[in-house]
Amino acid sequence: MSSSEVAASDASTSVLGSGAATLNNNSRLRRVLRRSEPTFAIAPFLIYAFLGLGIPSLAVVYQAFHAQTGGWTLYNIRLVTHGVFLVGFENSIKLGLISSIVPGILGVFLAYAIQTSHSNVLRRLTSTASGVLANFGGINLTFMFIATLGSTGILTYWLHDIGINLANFGFNLFTFSGVLFVYMYFQLPLMVLVITPALGGLRPSWREAAENMGASSWSYWRHVGIPVLMPSILGGMLLLFGSAFAAYATAESLTLGLVALSPIQIGNFLNGNVIAGETHVGYAIAFGMLIILTVTMVLYSLVRKRASKWLR
Amino acid sequence: MATLSGAGSIFEVAEAENEAVPSYSTGSPRRRRRIRWWRLVVLLLAGAYFLIPIYAGIKFSLQNVEGHFSFQAYRALPSAPGFTGALTLSLELAVATMVVSTLLMVPTAIYVHIRLPQLRRVLDVVTVMPIVIPPIVLIVGVLGAFPEWARASPYLLSFMYVILAMPFVYRSLDAGLGAIDLKTLTEASRSLGGNWIKTLWRVILPNIRPALLSATVLTLALVFGEYTMASLDLWTTIPVWIVQFSISSDGPVQVAASMLGLVGTWILLIAVVSLDRSQSRRSHRKLGA
Amino acid sequence: MALRRIRTVLLAGATVASMTAIGISASTGAAGGAAGPDWAMVTHLTTKGSTSMTALVKAAKKEGKLNVVALPNNWANYGNIIKGFERKYGIKINSENPEGSSAEEIQAITSDKGRSSDPDVIDVGTSYAVTAQSEHLLAPYKVLTWSEIPAGLKQSGGYWFDDYGGYVAIGCDTKTVTACPTSFKDMLTETGAEGYKIGLNNSPLTSNSALAAVQAAAIANGGSLSNVAPGVSFFATVNKNGAFVNTIADSATALAGTTNVILWWDYLQANGGINVPGWTVTIPTDALLGEYYSQGINSGAPDPAAARLWEEYLYSVTGQNLWLAGGARPAELAYMQAHGTANKGLVAKLPAIPSSETPQFPSTAQITAAAATVESTWASEVGAS
Repeated sequence: MSSSEVAASDASTSVLGSGAATLNNNSRLRRVLRRSEPTFAIAPFLIYAFLGLGIPSLAVVYQAFHAQTGGWTLYNIRLVTHGVFLVGFENSIKLGLISSIVPGILGVFLAYAIQTSHSNVLRRLTSTASGVLANFGGINLTFMFIATLGSTGILTYWLHDIGINLANFGFNLFTFSGVLFVYMYFQLPLMVLVITPALGGLRPSWREAAENMGASSWSYWRHVGIPVLMPSILGGMLLLFGSAFAAYATAESLTLGLVALSPIQIGNFLNGNVIAGETHVGYAIAFGMLIILTVTMVLYSLVRKRASKWLR
Repeated sequence: MATLSGAGSIFEVAEAENEAVPSYSTGSPRRRRRIRWWRLVVLLLAGAYFLIPIYAGIKFSLQNVEGHFSFQAYRALPSAPGFTGALTLSLELAVATMVVSTLLMVPTAIYVHIRLPQLRRVLDVVTVMPIVIPPIVLIVGVLGAFPEWARASPYLLSFMYVILAMPFVYRSLDAGLGAIDLKTLTEASRSLGGNWIKTLWRVILPNIRPALLSATVLTLALVFGEYTMASLDLWTTIPVWIVQFSISSDGPVQVAASMLGLVGTWILLIAVVSLDRSQSRRSHRKLGA
Repeated sequence: MALRRIRTVLLAGATVASMTAIGISASTGAAGGAAGPDWAMVTHLTTKGSTSMTALVKAAKKEGKLNVVALPNNWANYGNIIKGFERKYGIKINSENPEGSSAEEIQAITSDKGRSSDPDVIDVGTSYAVTAQSEHLLAPYKVLTWSEIPAGLKQSGGYWFDDYGGYVAIGCDTKTVTACPTSFKDMLTETGAEGYKIGLNNSPLTSNSALAAVQAAAIANGGSLSNVAPGVSFFATVNKNGAFVNTIADSATALAGTTNVILWWDYLQANGGINVPGWTVTIPTDALLGEYYSQGINSGAPDPAAARLWEEYLYSVTGQNLWLAGGARPAELAYMQAHGTANKGLVAKLPAIPSSETPQFPSTAQITAAAATVESTWASEVGAS
């Protein structure tokens, strides 16, 4: 690879000093290569990202603005910004927000509890389990919860035996709050996955220093621990938001359309058994999701920049 | 993320995953006890939340339709049609994804760390994109835009899985590279006469092994758990097979298949992690550490 | 000089060779035409000649395979139908994505184009067949028994034709439910957690049969095929009563006791479709809503002869009776009953049709309109409780 050769010669030049061997003949060529070096080096990555992310997104945008019969139109966009589709966006955002903040915070506690335990076995088991569970979901997960907390679930029966009737508390697995409860099953592990390496970055020397200066545990966290972790916590929450916002199979099997959610609506248009020939509405909803997530990302980067300012 | 250079020797980093985060060093016994209590409560609650549903699922799968205890669901699985095909496909996709992901991300991440830290911003933004674009949107766009010959191959899924795994792989590599003093290492290696290939292979890679390992494991878990894109691209990977096969059977078999998938993937991951653990221990003993 | 001559000779030779090659391939094409028809263009069989049944069988066997999509084994007995075809003709059937939806089948045709695994035939909800036809994805073909299919169950040009159908039925676990509901009205009586736990197989926006259940509920509650709103209100009431379980109802939830009453097609619940001992299937007395699914041949099918042979098989007496064995009502049932070719034992096993009701079959337009209404009111009305 030519760029690595150039990089190699650069490195050797820096180590041996610039007074060492330089090439006179191709110096202009080398200058040009060096300036375009960054582009070459990450070109494969950028090309791959464009193919895998850029092109599908462009396809979605293109289809969103086209009518079923061809030709540009705003009809689809106008349709999905009203009525049940608008409710779908609202619910999906709500679901994403709550499902990123609550499991996000709980995830930090859980990760900390795991990391501070003295058992290597526990840590290895939980790190692999987090990887598996973060990718679990769909109808399999739904049934597990039905078997646990459904009307004939084992936990329902256990609680019955000790006199607690879940129905009296208004707990229903198939409502918005039920969805939140089930979503935690893959959101919590996802947060644990993301925050664990960051926890490893909390050096014991900082804790010792804080204690030596007479700081209480709470002070340490408030002034050292949490600020250091904050960029990773925010990053984790963004990941959780995206995951909850986009979750499809689990939501569908839990709500059966009773809670309007955007991914399910997309599925109905593009992948269902009922509504034929209106795929462009589905693309318009997808376009809406892209906008929402882009805005979220912009907000996230602003907040994160503020949070990690002091680290620089 | 705070970079920590020169803190410990490079050999310690390899063990970092196995170390506990010390929550206190000189705390009073009272505080230590309080923290131990609190940790116990959190772990118990989490354990209950995650394990009880698994128990409920397994309990249901150990039934026959009469409602009596029986292994019939699990006995039906090995001879299940399409299982070996789905498993092979998933494994092939997993390997392809891991290889392409490593080949793509490792040089890129290393290059950005050494030569152009200002490109880090670009990389951060791009690797967050797969989170921004929902998988269902991605696959729908892919199916609408990619040419026939691409859509005809299952490796298109692998191509997209590399994208899905990008945030995790990049973050993992970024953290791993940030924890070692990359510049010094490479300069030392190069001044000792090693070319870039040797430096990469003998010096850099072994030092980011834990990061590489966690990236690999996460990719594996992703491929064995991803359903939406595989089912819409009409390829029968293990998650798709589980849903397909089970819905057309009786209840306990359906749940047995999903339980087996969950536990099976977990065991696979533990095996991969343990294998590397034993290898690294052997290599450390060799170095006389 | 000699060199130039050699070059000229070579050039001339190359030209002659390539022209011969083009000529040969052209004539082979024509010869291929003479050797056998382009089956992708055949619209019906003749009694003898190059497009007879014998020729079709030979051509199909030569193709050696058939690609089908979204045909679960226990859906209208497709498992045995597939096996029967394979055994009779020795042609291997590749069954892709058995749990796929109608939309996925249509999508498979376009996205699999060029793959040798491109589906040859589809079995989809009728509105999807209509869409596929308008997108020029289907090839017209009329089976030998075309005249036996009722006029209302086929597209006049042969682009699609109904294969089997059933009625919205009430499935019930007799072991745990004391009095199984026999009508939609019955379902409104039980309230509270100890009563009925009614389930649908999926959301009415995702599943054809669930939407049909809502339409049937509409008919039973003063609505009609064109007015589905009372159906949505029905489910709102049922949900408020606490009798509706909005999760995907299947064998697992039935066995677990989560859903002891399921509204689904009769042929999918019967014969072990819901694998729970003591599960009965009855057709509601206050609404008789049926729907047929439709067959179509992919205009770009990789195995056009095998595709047509498959259709001939499905519409033969054997094929139709195999669907009957799956509890479904095949399109040619009326003709077969009149001519004594329908398996009487199987007909007897079909859930009884209440004589008080006239069967109603929603048209594509009515389904689309109902879907639009449900799309905008389902979440707000039913979900509100």
